[in-house]
Amino acid sequence: MITFWALAILMLLSALWCVTATRPIYSVVALLGNFLMLAIMYLTLNAEFLAVIQMIVYSGAILILFLFVIALLSSGIAPFSVGPDRLPRIAIPVLALALIALGFLAWALAHTAVATPGATANGAPLGPVGTPDVFGSVGDFGTALFTTYLLPFEITALILMVAVIGVVLLAGDQAPYVATKKREAQVKRDMREAILREGGQ
Amino acid sequence: MTLMSVPLVNYITLSAVIFFIGVAGVVMRRNPLIMLMSIELMFNAANLLFAAFARAWLNNAGHIFVFLVITVAAAEAAIGLAIVVTVFRSARTVDADEVALMKG
Repeated sequence: MITFWALAILMLLSALWCVTATRPIYSVVALLGNFLMLAIMYLTLNAEFLAVIQMIVYSGAILILFLFVIALLSSGIAPFSVGPDRLPRIAIPVLALALIALGFLAWALAHTAVATPGATANGAPLGPVGTPDVFGSVGDFGTALFTTYLLPFEITALILMVAVIGVVLLAGDQAPYVATKKREAQVKRDMREAILREGGQ
Repeated sequence: MTLMSVPLVNYITLSAVIFFIGVAGVVMRRNPLIMLMSIELMFNAANLLFAAFARAWLNNAGHIFVFLVITVAAAEAAIGLAIVVTVFRSARTVDADEVALMKG
């Protein structure tokens, strides 16, 4: 319980810092803190594999991607805008919306019986984090992923493939070059056809 | 041992508050990088809820769902950052209010 409250307060503070930070690099640091707290919270929820991929994929891959882009853009001629944020204009509606939604959530929670389960549904039995073949361990997760949920896993591969192709098309150095080459070739072909047509007449 | 020491309501509330912090970040900030990071915050709030409910019901499906969400989030971050870089190359700015190419 104490762990939960400590982690919750730290997560809220880091989330607020991430959103209100003046420079994007501070935002990344705050988000890193938030992700680490979340990884620890996954551990308290017996989800050890999730904690590991949270650190590796989120903190290791995605945040480094953000850092690279920040470094790339900040080294350009015109870095980030220093204009005022939309805070004053939109703070009241956002706050009202958040309060209404949270109030509705509290009302719904008060009128619903949330979670009095206890029996194992389809996972492995519960056990201390770190021991093999307990709920949330790598073995448990992998068994579920490669048997029951094999199709979503395959679709994940497709999504990542589409993302890679999209990124290369959007930001790759070759993309405009290839487009230009194609256009040049098209222009040459058109000219040649025009010349042939005129020669035929 | 099967019962959780922390009530599920705490996780739901924490997740909702973090989600709304993320929403506020997306709506208020003008820097697209911080907007993308706020979207990651929202993803993580949802993930926390998935993990909490998976623990409450001892059901693996929540963990699988978090895994899929993390994958989609990685793809989304990569594509979003590629769009930011492309926009910066052509417009020389990343201000979300100044880049209004698709405004009617």
